[in-house]
Amino acid sequence: MHPTVIKTENLTKVFKIGFRGRRVTALRNLNLEVKEGEIFGFLGPNGAGKTTTIKMLIGLIYPTNGKAWILGRELGDVEIKKRIGFLPEQPYFYDYLSSKEFLKFYGQLFGLERDELKERIDTLLTMVGLKDAADLQLRKFSKGMLQRIGIAQALINHPDLIILDEPMSGLDPIGRKEIRDLILRLKEEGKTIFFSTHIIPDVEMVCDRVGILMKGELVNVGKPTEIIDAKIKYIEIIVSDINQEILIHGKAMGFTICETGGQVSIKLPDENQLDFMLEMIRSGKGRIVSVVPQRETLEEFFLKKTGERIS
Amino acid sequence: MRILVIAINTFKEAIRDKILYNLLFFALLMIGTSLLLATLTVGEQSKIIIDIGLASINIFGVLIAIFLGIGLISKEIEKRTIYNILSKPMPRYQFLIGKYIGLLLTIAVNTTIMGIGLYIVLAINELQWGHSILNVNPDIWKAIYLILIELMVVTAIALMFSTFSSSSSLSAIFTIALYIIGHLTEDIRLIGEKLQSVTLKGVINLIYYLLPNLDNFNVKGRVVYGIEISPIYLSLVTLYGLFYISIVLLLSGMIFQKRDFK
Repeated sequence: MHPTVIKTENLTKVFKIGFRGRRVTALRNLNLEVKEGEIFGFLGPNGAGKTTTIKMLIGLIYPTNGKAWILGRELGDVEIKKRIGFLPEQPYFYDYLSSKEFLKFYGQLFGLERDELKERIDTLLTMVGLKDAADLQLRKFSKGMLQRIGIAQALINHPDLIILDEPMSGLDPIGRKEIRDLILRLKEEGKTIFFSTHIIPDVEMVCDRVGILMKGELVNVGKPTEIIDAKIKYIEIIVSDINQEILIHGKAMGFTICETGGQVSIKLPDENQLDFMLEMIRSGKGRIVSVVPQRETLEEFFLKKTGERIS
Repeated sequence: MRILVIAINTFKEAIRDKILYNLLFFALLMIGTSLLLATLTVGEQSKIIIDIGLASINIFGVLIAIFLGIGLISKEIEKRTIYNILSKPMPRYQFLIGKYIGLLLTIAVNTTIMGIGLYIVLAINELQWGHSILNVNPDIWKAIYLILIELMVVTAIALMFSTFSSSSSLSAIFTIALYIIGHLTEDIRLIGEKLQSVTLKGVINLIYYLLPNLDNFNVKGRVVYGIEISPIYLSLVTLYGLFYISIVLLLSGMIFQKRDFK
C-alpha cells in the first residue's frame, strides 16, 4: 500500500464577493486521496474549483471548512513546502529577471547552496530546452518558453510532490506532448504529480487516476478508462480530387458533406460506415487527406454528466 | 536569509524600473538649477541652494517611496507573481519584510546620490566665491538623514495600504493624503487645545497620536538658518520613526497573513 501524499477531508471554500458579501461556494466537501508515485489528473471545466483547491493546498487561500494534509502534515505548515514543486496557472513571473537569475532566486528561497544551485540550474535549463535562453530576460519569452521555465522552477528543490495548475493550457500540440513526456519522466523518478486540466485527452494519456470536479463538487474518481466515456460523435474524412458521383451518393446516405477550397469534408455519424466510405473514395480515385474521429468536447461531456446526475 | 533573497530581488526590480531614473534625473536637475537661482540673490547663495536642494531631495524621495512602495505588494498581486512566491517555504511576514528592506535599500541609495549631488553643487558654489569647500554646511547630512527616516515611515505606510487595497491608485491617494496630514499634525493638536468638549478633545488627541508626526523629521529650516540640531534630538526622532515603522509593519503583517489570494 502506497502512502498518501495528499488527503483532504470535507475541504470547503466559500468566497464573499462584492460589497454586500454575497457568498459563493467555490468548493464543497472535497474528499480526495492521492497516493505516492501517482499521476493524478484533476479534471473539470473552467470555474469548477480546480484552482481554488490547488491554492488551498499551496497555502494561498484558507479553507472555510474541512482539513487537508500534504505529505502527512496538516495545511499551514510552511516547512512542508520544501518538498513541493508548484507551477501556477498561466505563468506569471518576474519578467525583469533572466532565466538563470530567475532559477537562482527560487533556488535561494529553498536554501540551496551556491555550487549545488549552479549545477541544478544547468541541469534544469537543459532538461526544459532553454539552455540557449539562459541569459534572456523573461519578458522576451514566448508563452511556451514561460511554461517551460515555470516547470524548471517547480523542480528546483527536487520535490516529492509536484502540483501543476493547467500545465498544458495555451500550448501547441508539440508543447503539450513535451509536457506529457516530462510528467511521465517525473513519475519514473518516483514523484507524485497532481495536475489540473480541462482537456480530456491530457488526462487520458498520462494519468493513473482522474478526479472530475464540477461546480465545486467531486463527482467521480477512478481510472481514466473507467470514468471518461466521451463518445465518438462522428468521423470526419477529408478528401481531395473526389468525383461528384460519390458525393451525391454520400449525400443520399445521409452524410454531411462540405466543400471548401478543393477539399471535401465528409462526416459519418456511424463508425461502421467508415470502411464502406473509404472503399468508395478509393474506387473513385479520390485522395484521402485525413480520417479523424471527433469526440465529444469537454463541455458536452460535462453537460451529459450533469444531466445524468440530475436525472 | 530568505528575507535577504527577497530584499535583493526587490532592489534588483527597482533599479530595473525606469520610473526610478526619471525621478532621480529630475531631482538632480532641480538641485543643479538651484545654483542658477542662487545667482539671483546677493550674499545668501548657499542658503538658497540648501533650501531648494533639501526640498528636492525630500519631494522626490517621497515620490519614489510612494510610487515604488504602493507597487511593492499590489503589483505582485496584480501581476499574480505572488502565487508562486508564497508557494515556497517562506512565512508570509518574511516576504513582506524582505520587500520592505529591498525598497529601503533602493531609497537609501537614491537619497545618498541626491545628497552627494547637493554637496557637489554647494562645493561648486563655494569655489565660485573663492572659498574652501570645507565651508559647506555639514548639517545638510543631518537633514538628509532625517529625510531618510521620514521616507522609511512613508514607505511602511505605502506598504501597509498595498497589502489590503487591490488598486495601486487608491493606495497612492491614501499614502499621499497621510503624508500631507502627517505634516499638519501640529495644527490638529492646536485645534484640540482650543476645543471645550472633553470628549472631542480626547478624540482629536487620539488622532494626533495615531497619525505620524512627519514634521518631526523636518529640520530643513534649521539647517538653512544655521540653528544647531542636537544629537539627542536626532536620536529621539530616530526612535520615534523606528517605533512608528514597527507598529505599521506589524499591522501590515497581520493583514497580509489573513489575506486570501484569489
